[in-house]
Amino acid sequence: MIEVKASMAGSVWKVTAAEGTQINDGDDVVILESMKMEIPIPAEASGTIKELKVGEGDFVNEGDVIAIIES
Amino acid sequence: MTDQQTFEERVKNIAGGGAEKYHEKNAEKGKMFVRDRLQLLFDEDLDIEDAFFANCQSEGLPADGVVTGIGRINGETVCVMANDSTVKAGSWGARTVEKIIRIQETALKINAPMLYLVDSAGARITDQVDMFPNRRGAGRIFHNQIKLSGRVPQVCLLFGPSAAGGAYIPAFCDIVIMVDGNASMYLGSPRMAEKVIGEKVSLEEMGGASMHCSVSGCGDVLVSDEKEALLFARSYLSYFPSSYQERPKTREAREPEAFDKTIEELIPRNQNAPFDMYQLINRLIDEDSFCEIKRKFAPELITGLSRINGKSVGIIANQPRAKGGVLFPDSADKAAKFIQLCDAFNIPLLFLADIPGFMIGTKVERAGIIRHGAKMLAAMSEATVPKISVIVRKAYGAGLYAMAGPAFEPDACLALPTAQIAVMGPEAAVNAVYANKIAALPEEDRPAFIKEKQEEYKENIDIYRLASEMVIDDVVKPDRLRHELSTRYEAYARKNVQFTDRKHGVYPV
Repeated sequence: MIEVKASMAGSVWKVTAAEGTQINDGDDVVILESMKMEIPIPAEASGTIKELKVGEGDFVNEGDVIAIIES
Repeated sequence: MTDQQTFEERVKNIAGGGAEKYHEKNAEKGKMFVRDRLQLLFDEDLDIEDAFFANCQSEGLPADGVVTGIGRINGETVCVMANDSTVKAGSWGARTVEKIIRIQETALKINAPMLYLVDSAGARITDQVDMFPNRRGAGRIFHNQIKLSGRVPQVCLLFGPSAAGGAYIPAFCDIVIMVDGNASMYLGSPRMAEKVIGEKVSLEEMGGASMHCSVSGCGDVLVSDEKEALLFARSYLSYFPSSYQERPKTREAREPEAFDKTIEELIPRNQNAPFDMYQLINRLIDEDSFCEIKRKFAPELITGLSRINGKSVGIIANQPRAKGGVLFPDSADKAAKFIQLCDAFNIPLLFLADIPGFMIGTKVERAGIIRHGAKMLAAMSEATVPKISVIVRKAYGAGLYAMAGPAFEPDACLALPTAQIAVMGPEAAVNAVYANKIAALPEEDRPAFIKEKQEEYKENIDIYRLASEMVIDDVVKPDRLRHELSTRYEAYARKNVQFTDRKHGVYPV
């Protein structure tokens, strides 16, 4: 089980992965909007997205868990 | 035995290091014998060795567990101390410490770089009165390191543990190279942590190479084996002069690597979209000349040594692909040390700016982003080496200042045609200035109003307007940037200025 965490504080601009689907190492899980920049948050391992913990528009703080990947 | 035989017997025993079983144990972990390491490190071998016979009257302490001496790297003289972990786990006795102190003093006298090949369990508790508290005890090693700092390059290669007090050797070096899996650094071991504070943790989590190179920032370069560490040290030193009194040697100039995409095609027009700053760096520098420092730590800011036309240049570049290129406490810290390193050894600086600003929010305020940011500004401001800032895309707010903006006496502040300099970006600015007005408008009228105001704002911060006001020194065509930099560094090499007259500043640490 691998947790995908927010690298910085911001709001979820786009969710680019869906629960139950396959994801590859390096693919974006969500794109945050922070400091007026698009901040892609990639998966750090390949596997299945077990749980997505955020939705578009949510605020996340640095270190918050965004998704859980089962590899 | 004749005198000659006695001599040869002694030399053989000392040169062989500790007992065979310790050699075997080290080999299992992929660790080389200290003398083999030195052979790989130097052009040939150690040229001069001091106190080879240290502690030779005692049983089982060849060279007292440390090799010290002088050799050559890339043809230049360097001083070295190297722990022998086959001798009492590389621990420090009184003579070990005295040997280290003496080679440091030699480095100070002959103005030569000082290398520390560390692989040591720490102090020999049984010898503590002779090596810990006294004037020429272990404390003097650190005192000497601090004195050597900025005079000559100091490099630490960490092959094994560097525990407790010993962990300060890497801390005072310019750069720490750590071998993954074997190198570690910690004040208290996991066993001690469990006893004293009740924390249960593995050695790797507590002070492993990977942790230090990505989380704490105490390590600079993570390598997979000892050979890679030794070759990295050789290559690193090729960018430096032997001391602050000299300039780095010019090496053979090379063209940059060839790419299909031009710089213009590389940089997205949308200021908010990320791109990979490494791609720009590789188009500006001599092929294969990038020697990156702290690649895994605070990746939103790239720091590394390079060559442009064969000459050393230190690069500080925002990386929009990581955390939007925003500056954080760790990245500001990383920049401050790197800038000081280059400035100390006459290596010109290049700032590549694409920065939305310093991070905001509770998390970073509590981490002291203001004082960490101030540290970066202070280091950048004080640097008197040739200093060029290039505004690649945006430079907003204090981000402009941190990246050697016009007020900080860069020798030139250049802009690419894609550059945008402002207190903040158009979106944020329009929101800030017209918040009440926007709220008062009917919802359907808002997007048009916002767009109009953003366009007005963009005109106001247009890069040619700033060029016209002489805020920036030139707007440079992207495919001419390398040539422009090379020509300017050539001219600014004649620069000889002192920042100001005083004992020293009060650093905002």
